[in-house]
Amino acid sequence: MSQQQEQIRTAVLAIVKRLAPEVDPARIIADKPLRSQIDLDSMDWLNVLATIHEKLGVEIPESDYGKVQTLDSIVAYLAGKIPADSLE
Amino acid sequence: MKPALIRKLFADAPAAAVLGDPADDAAFSWAAVGRELGVAADGEINIAQLAVDRHAHSAHAAKAAFRFLAADGRARDVSYRELAGLTDRFGNALKSLGVTKGDCVFVLCGRVCELYVAVLGALKIGAVVSPLFQSFGPEPIRNRIAQAAGKVLVTTASAYQRKVVALRPELPSLQHVLLVDDLGAGAIADTLDLHALLGAAPDTPAMVPTGPEDPALLHFTSGTTGLPKGAVHTHGAVLTHYATARTALDLQPDDVFWCTADPGWVTGTSYGIIAPLVLGVTSIVDEADFDPLRWIHILENERVNVWYTAPTAIRLLMKAGPELFAGHRFPDLRFIASVGEALNPEAVCWGLEAFGRPIHDNWWQSETGGIMIANTAALDIKPGSMGRPLPGIAAHVVRHQAGEPVTVIETPDTVGELALETGWPSMFRGYLNQPERYRECFAGNLYLTGDLARRDADGYFWFVGRSDDVIKSSGHLIGSFEVESVLMEHPAVAEAGVIGKPDALAGEVIKAFVVLKQHIAPSEDLRLELMGHARRRLGAAVAPKEIAFAPALPHTRSGKIMRRLLKAWELGLPEGDSSTLEQAEAQREKK
Repeated sequence: MSQQQEQIRTAVLAIVKRLAPEVDPARIIADKPLRSQIDLDSMDWLNVLATIHEKLGVEIPESDYGKVQTLDSIVAYLAGKIPADSLE
Repeated sequence: MKPALIRKLFADAPAAAVLGDPADDAAFSWAAVGRELGVAADGEINIAQLAVDRHAHSAHAAKAAFRFLAADGRARDVSYRELAGLTDRFGNALKSLGVTKGDCVFVLCGRVCELYVAVLGALKIGAVVSPLFQSFGPEPIRNRIAQAAGKVLVTTASAYQRKVVALRPELPSLQHVLLVDDLGAGAIADTLDLHALLGAAPDTPAMVPTGPEDPALLHFTSGTTGLPKGAVHTHGAVLTHYATARTALDLQPDDVFWCTADPGWVTGTSYGIIAPLVLGVTSIVDEADFDPLRWIHILENERVNVWYTAPTAIRLLMKAGPELFAGHRFPDLRFIASVGEALNPEAVCWGLEAFGRPIHDNWWQSETGGIMIANTAALDIKPGSMGRPLPGIAAHVVRHQAGEPVTVIETPDTVGELALETGWPSMFRGYLNQPERYRECFAGNLYLTGDLARRDADGYFWFVGRSDDVIKSSGHLIGSFEVESVLMEHPAVAEAGVIGKPDALAGEVIKAFVVLKQHIAPSEDLRLELMGHARRRLGAAVAPKEIAFAPALPHTRSGKIMRRLLKAWELGLPEGDSSTLEQAEAQREKK
């Protein structure tokens, strides 16, 4: 994983942790669907996406929800949208 | 512009013009519905027999009862014949474990085939089934199983390890836990492997005779005070499920039907499992979480004819915008219905733009067991109205005030409590272990729903609000008491008051006001800790989405938290309202 991807992963986990503070990031299986592992309902999920938009500047349209199901796929998706030097 | 009336033409609803028009009420009787299903009055009746076995020995035994769509896109059809075999195996497995008629079987699963097999197999042997929502945390699970002295729990290995294993010492009634091994981790202590049990059990008929008044289903629902109430429903309820699927949902035997509700809630059981099977239709079950584009693909590719969904999902699809629908067509989609909370007129009309069909709101509750008031296929829609009472249902608006007899309000457009004349088959027969609370729901031959409504001069009913402080989030009732109790378990918390905060998508989201114990200072870390505590104990569906610290909470003279005043604060209503609210609260207390 590149340094940028590491940073995105850390940022996404921080966002999840703010909305679902009980989550232990170490127990997340990164290539399995995220929501069911950590008990996020539809409203929690929308909050995660809205906070990603606010903090990382990437808006994920509804048509792309299918591409952001796992932690790995969220990181990969965001890495493709965020300029490499913007997370310093 | 939103039309005030969406007119229906005969061509829109050829079948419903015969069946679904409340004007045809005179021709309707519950006894005739029973005869149509081959059930004699007070004779044997079993939900699973009518839903499964009846078809398994008919010409369409090979027809798909369910089409399960896995998260990865794979589809698996289960025919009526296969479902009969699987449910017989499950019923026989339960018998071999010593489960008998009247024992309570809980189910806590995602929307996988095993859930449906467990519900129907348990019904076959006369066990009472209580489906739990998969997003419940340990406390709602413990509380419900304890209240019903649940004997069996069917769940997944992952849910068991996350939510149930630590509760086992507190649940002495729970003799058997049957696991779907979704982790591939092998045997887990004090549990049984469901697939191994099914494999070992014979598929000989498992049916145990049941009558119309034998308990079949237990649906927990929430009030403002006290613990969740278990509404008991009987096997006779299936007559309502069957009749209303046709009258309210316009469901026809050759339809592909998709009810998006999770069976953990009453809609997902009555209309996600029972009603479509009794009609012999094919139901789509999506195992994945909500995803707008996925849903559009399902509607289009599975050629869904009748779609029963919820306001929150509709509003999420509206939010996605018309681009999402570009290039998709829905020529097979004939009827769309919604339940959970009053559907706003914009959403009703949005259906016309997105699908070429309006969305038909309908109204019912856990206690009623099935749809009671609906916008049917044959009825002109007044967007924002819940429609008119279905055949077999008599609804009224009543005056229900402390210390006065309940009276029916005849004047149109007057707000009062919505009440139903008793006697429909799926009416609840009790709140488990709480006979007093059950009695309080009735006045003479009227069931008092707790919802405030008005009826217009054309006989259409309009939802106005709740007569109590119960919260409705994404269409689900949440009891303030259950949430407050868990927050108050935390050592830093002196008191908690919980309200429904208006939300554009969910209707309401749960917000908690927390008073900390003396010498404990509010902080962001503590707020997050409380949020984590609540989510861990209650699960995402019940835990608050917002927590705010308050120096004190408003109380009535008798010491009850004034949640209405908390809500007024939240909404920024003028202070002057508070005295009115205090008076209103005092009035309500006298009830």
